[in-house]
Amino acid sequence: MTLSPDAAGWQRRTLLKAFAGGLAGLSLFEASMLLPAYAADAAQWPAEAFKQKSEADALKIFYGKSAEASDKVNLDAPEIAENGAVVPIAVASTLPNVTSIALLVLENPFTLAAAYKIPEGTQPAVANRLKMAKTTKVVAVVESNGKLYTATKEVKVTVGGCGG
Amino acid sequence: MASTIRVRAVAGADTTEVQSLIQHPMDSGFVKDSAGQLIPPHHIEVVQFEHGGKTVFTALWGPAVSKDPYLKFSFKGAKKGDDLKVSWVDNKGASDSLVAKIQ
Repeated sequence: MTLSPDAAGWQRRTLLKAFAGGLAGLSLFEASMLLPAYAADAAQWPAEAFKQKSEADALKIFYGKSAEASDKVNLDAPEIAENGAVVPIAVASTLPNVTSIALLVLENPFTLAAAYKIPEGTQPAVANRLKMAKTTKVVAVVESNGKLYTATKEVKVTVGGCGG
Repeated sequence: MASTIRVRAVAGADTTEVQSLIQHPMDSGFVKDSAGQLIPPHHIEVVQFEHGGKTVFTALWGPAVSKDPYLKFSFKGAKKGDDLKVSWVDNKGASDSLVAKIQ
């Protein structure tokens, strides 16, 4: 049994403690140091893209390119949203090699609502729920083989999603 | 402490379907409270799903994602009994994570 401080041993015991006790006791920084692939990493959040107010700017900042409409992008959105705070939106695509899907809500204060990274082996489809301030066009953007394709639908919002 | 994350992952013949529900206010920063003050933005920024040491899905969320956000997606290569790791971090630096068994 060793009595002297042992750096490697300390790391091993901390790692074991983390697994045993869960990550609750560790700060986010410590947790990401121990299990970099496991902890969601705030550094990958595209802050600039989420501040844009137009479709063109959001695409330019987030993807660095522009998009073209495609019938191979399927956007499932209600014609009328009963509650603008919770609008179910789903996207699916038959395009090949999809690497990401993004959702833009054009009449929202910030256009980019959500973006999803699709690694190989994951289906090019996602369902989520978004807030819409008022009646708006919703644009689904699918990145396939490095190019952007979109589908657009208008959603009528009767009760706005911003608490008003 | 109970997790904020609820996950249901079901392995099918070809793909595993994942549904998750995360407890979070997802305040947009545009809503005022009863005193007329703007409630500051407080929302999840990144959600990560991992299986077999590989990230299978990443969500990048802005303030327009609804409160208590729901998510559904599917991926290949998993089987019943495998672990699916879910973690999120929000704009205030708070985070949570969960390991669920694929059914």
